[in-house]
Amino acid sequence: MSAIEEGGDSGHKKGPGVKKAKKLSTRVDMTPMVDLGFLLITFFIFTTTMQTPSTMKLNMPKDTKKEEEQNKAKASGALTILLGKDNHVFYYEGELLGDASNFKSSNFKEIRDEIISKHQEVIKNHKHDDTCPETQQKAKAKGDPNWQNACADRDFVVIIKPNDEATFKNTVDILDEMTINGVKRYAMIDITDTEKKLIAATEGTPIK
Amino acid sequence: MPSVKIPKKSTNVDMTPFVDVAFLILTFFIMATKFKPPSPVEVTTPSSVSADKYPDNDAVMITIDKDSKVYFTVFSEGAPKVFDDIIGSINATNNTGVTQSETNNFKKMAMVGVPFSQLRGLLQTPVDQQKNVKQAGIPLDSTGGELTFWINAAKKAFITEGKHKLTYLIKGDNDSKYPTFKMVINAMRKNEEFKYQLVTTPEEAPKGTEYFNKVKATK
Repeated sequence: MSAIEEGGDSGHKKGPGVKKAKKLSTRVDMTPMVDLGFLLITFFIFTTTMQTPSTMKLNMPKDTKKEEEQNKAKASGALTILLGKDNHVFYYEGELLGDASNFKSSNFKEIRDEIISKHQEVIKNHKHDDTCPETQQKAKAKGDPNWQNACADRDFVVIIKPNDEATFKNTVDILDEMTINGVKRYAMIDITDTEKKLIAATEGTPIK
Repeated sequence: MPSVKIPKKSTNVDMTPFVDVAFLILTFFIMATKFKPPSPVEVTTPSSVSADKYPDNDAVMITIDKDSKVYFTVFSEGAPKVFDDIIGSINATNNTGVTQSETNNFKKMAMVGVPFSQLRGLLQTPVDQQKNVKQAGIPLDSTGGELTFWINAAKKAFITEGKHKLTYLIKGDNDSKYPTFKMVINAMRKNEEFKYQLVTTPEEAPKGTEYFNKVKATK
């Protein structure tokens, strides 16, 4: 801070009775201002919402009664994931067998490996047909890094069936898992009574 | 013994740069702050890796709280007529008999979560007291329930307004149950709406997964 110094006696001649003005410091005590400043900073830090929410797109298919418009899933490339209460996940490949021997229990950590291994299996078993090159070229034009698998991806369908006890978080998590693992085709479908019973029977003692 | 005189140093520190920085930070926070809109219900959204933009205008938000109660919110800055139209259609279809002054109250409201029978009562409450009112949630059933009318009213209002495209947001709490979400989807489906955006908290993609590599490749 610069203080303005008065020239003192130099040059001026003071008359009798003229008192020398008392020198006042130009320094201001800034402590209260700083206090207030930091109080406001603290206030704003606490009230600020830095993270803006993001959104996740969800497109549902139109209802259709016509048989030919309905999407059909090949049993060999289908993976059905069922969501139960307390973050339980169940799955089976293809169609549910009569004795429910392919009905397996899992959780949100392990289901990813299951999706990946099934995805690989479907890609491996895929047999190219006449429409494949076209699908591949389309995917390549879109900039898909996995364009070679574009036509094999069509065979792989994940069917998601949350039961009445599943939470919204579970639903979003499993949809997220589809994005994470690059599953192109997935559908949310109502759960059947057989599956409900199977979940209820298994939930008491989750099998590892 | 002659004492050694230590030169007295001033204890005053020049605080000016310190204050400068403090006020710089203060200015930043004032600028960056966006106040949370007052909301009568607390909703914790699930996290997801998708990072689509959250639209905060020209949208209809359906909130599902942790008790699976459903609320309806309209965001329409710059087109207040939309609110009049919505109440107009609701009046026409359900004989709720909401008056003009009550409609004005609706514009300032954060969210509506009552059956039609209680709508007037809620709108008569002054805005600053509404957050204390316990709302019962919009009644839903497997075919959509009253929410169908709300969505329909909003859809028509935005079509009449014409300039803005309506976005449907669904903001669900982590603990809300799936059947409620399904009923909300059914209400949408009845109105021939099939595209929604789920409000989520951003999250990093797990390392080594397909999506992680894709994000890395585009960066």
